[in-house]
Formats: sequence, C-alpha cells, structure tokens
Amino acid sequence: MIWDNSFALSIIPLLLQGLWVTVKITLLGTAIAAALGLVLAVVRRLAIPVVSPVASFFVIFIRGTPLLVQAYCAYFVLPLYGVSFDAFTTGVVVIGINYSAYMAEVYRSGIEGVPVGQWEASTALSLPRGRVWSRIILPQAFRTVVPMLGNYLIQMFKDSAILSAITVVELMATAQAIGSSSFRYLEPLTLAALLFLAVSYPASQIVNRLERRYAPKH
Amino acid sequence: MSAIIDYAPLLWQGLLTTIMVAILGGGLCLVVAFAAGTARLSSHRIVRWPAAVFVETFRGTSLIVQMFWFFYALPFFGIQLHPLTAAVLALGLNEGAYAAEVVRGAISSRPRGQTEACIALGMTPALRLRRIIIPQSIPAMLPPLGNVMVDLLKNTSLVSLVTVADLTFRAQMIRSTTGETTAIFLTILVMYFVLSSLLALLTAWLERRFALDRKAKSIKENVRELTKVGPL
Repeated sequence: MIWDNSFALSIIPLLLQGLWVTVKITLLGTAIAAALGLVLAVVRRLAIPVVSPVASFFVIFIRGTPLLVQAYCAYFVLPLYGVSFDAFTTGVVVIGINYSAYMAEVYRSGIEGVPVGQWEASTALSLPRGRVWSRIILPQAFRTVVPMLGNYLIQMFKDSAILSAITVVELMATAQAIGSSSFRYLEPLTLAALLFLAVSYPASQIVNRLERRYAPKH
Repeated sequence: MSAIIDYAPLLWQGLLTTIMVAILGGGLCLVVAFAAGTARLSSHRIVRWPAAVFVETFRGTSLIVQMFWFFYALPFFGIQLHPLTAAVLALGLNEGAYAAEVVRGAISSRPRGQTEACIALGMTPALRLRRIIIPQSIPAMLPPLGNVMVDLLKNTSLVSLVTVADLTFRAQMIRSTTGETTAIFLTILVMYFVLSSLLALLTAWLERRFALDRKAKSIKENVRELTKVGPL
C-alpha cells in the first residue's frame, strides 16, 4: 500500500498547527507590506531629492533578488552585527519587506489612476498637503488597490513556505520534519499541498469577486 | 573579500547552473503555457477540464511544496528523479501554470472578428490559432510573460533546497567553510540582481521588437522627418 491512511490521519493535527503559523506569517507580513509599501509609494511620488531615488532603488533591488537569498541574508548576516531575532520574527519582517516592494508598485498605479482634476481641485480649494493625501487621493486610490492587495496576500501565503529554509516552523517545515522523522514523505507533503490549495483556491475566488465589485465603473 | 576571489570558480559554476536551470525551466514553462493556455480555451470539455485542474492545482500550492513533492514523494511510486530533473520539472510546471493564464487572457482578448474572418476564409481551427490568433496575441503576452520569467529566474534559488548546486547552494557551501557570511551573500544578491535586470532588459527589447504599431510608428516618424526638412 503506497498511501497509509491511518498515518495520514494521525499527522493532520500537527499539519494544522503548521498551517496556523503560515496564516499568522501571512497576516503579519501583509500588515508590514501594506504599511511600508504605502510609505514607499508616497515617498517616491513626492520626489524628495536623495530620499526618493533611494526608495526607488530599494524597490527595484528587492524585486530583482530572490526571497530565499534575502531571508538567508537577514538570518545569517544580521546577527553578526548584533541584530538578532527568532526565526519567526525574522521571517515575518523579511517577507513583509519583500512584498512591500511589490505593494509600492500597486499603490503607485492606484495613485496614478486618480484623475489629475482631483489634484487640481484640491489645489484650487487650497487644501493642506496632508489633507489632500489622506482625504482625497488615497481613499480613491485604495479602490483599485484592494483586489490587487488580495492577490498579493494569497501569493505571500504560498511564498511563506520558503521561510522553512530559515527554520521557521510553518506548514512546509512541519511536513518536512514529519517526513524525515518517519521516513514517509508522501503523506505529509501531499497533505501540505492540499492544505495550501484548500486555503488559496477559495481565497482567490473571493478576490476575483472583489475585483469585479471594486472595478472602476465607467 | 578575499574569500570571494578564492572561491570565484565555485561561484562561477553555480552561476552557470542557475542559468541552465532558468533556461530549461523557462523552455518547459513556455511549452506548458501554450499547451495549457490554449487547452483551456478549447470547446471540448475533455480538453478544457484537465487543463483547468492542472493550472489551478499548480497555482494554488507553493512551488517549494511541488519541488519537494517531486523529489521526496515520487520515489514512493517507484519514480526516482535526478534532483535537477525534479527541480526543472517543478519550476517549469509551476511558472507554466501562471504563464498559461497569461496566454489564455491574451488570446481571449483578441477581437471576435478575427476568428470570424478566419472562419469565413475557411481556415481550420489549428491554422486559425497558429497563423492568426497567436501571432496577434504575442505583443499583449510579452510584458506579463517577462514578469513570469523574472519570477522563474528568482525562484531558481529554491532548487538549492533539493541539493542542486546552483548559485545559492554554492554560497551556502562557501559560507559554511569560510564564515565570510556578509561578503558572500551580498555578492550573490548583486549577481541575482544583475541577472534579473538583464532579463528585464531583454523583455523590454522584445516588446519593442514585436510592438503591433511598429510599422505605424515608423510611418509617422518618416512623415515627421519629411515635414522637418521644409515645405514640400
């Protein structure tokens, strides 16, 4: 018998614990990415000398390098300079920073999608700069941004498996640990794949719906 | 820094492996993308459904799970893959599933009139797709396909986890023997950055090369050149 059913059933609770860690990483990572991405997008748009080009380069560099290598850098290099966190925190921060670069692009397209007339009207009303951003531009930009943020949330959920390489004990690492201790890889890996699918497929259906609902009406 | 120079040949081999994995994976990705993308547009349910299940399964689970599955779980069915084969297979199928959606989207966004004109001219469905629809869809496909290829390149770093000796794998090796952690990781970060920038440049060049209005643009420019010379 290739597939051992009772073994598969016995490891489900452990895998569900791993799935919960994966979900936690995703939610915390998305929070970091959404906040930092917004900062990056606004800084780039403000065109401050030195600061904005640095932000732009940061975004391009993060997008051009693999998440795994970034995770290794944070996990192996930072402790040498006295900055050390546990694997979970490091993982959340790395994936959050990685996705902030992608989110910055999403926000940028959202901000650029706001008609020029809105800026002009704000100037004509001589609204203060801060209020223009917080009350006029960003609320309109968010409308197009929300579904795309959803897509990145699902992407991050799947990518968080990469953090198993820096010993974060999430779903993938749990499956691997079960595999290496019992010498049976088929059941844990298959179940891990199914659990990923069970969360990400319905989630992507929801995002598709959001996309249709928030699509700008012309 | 001296460790980098001492171990440069090792890094070079790793770089070559990374490029090879990317090219093999990219090739497989394109084949899978066009096969699954066009299959999902088929009017036969027997063709459409398996393609949809394939695409949703590979897009719905993480690449690393798929790679480990090919490497560790397939042996239970008596199929022992070489690490490189498992890695390339997982990369190509995973990114191919994403690219299949790009192909499907680009093809289905073609105006209906093109297909109708083909039917009116008595073209067979295969000829229609090969000579009219796909060539027209290429410019729309290129930018998102370029993104998929950059993703694929970055994801080649994951093959180090199934013991393929790529750039990341070599870096870990050098790190554990020399302890030059900072230098080695910064070096490969920059190497990956250069590789993906080159790939992005290549995509941009292809986009210009295959732009639909290339001819129209050149005519417009010619007219402008002519009018610049003086009154005709």
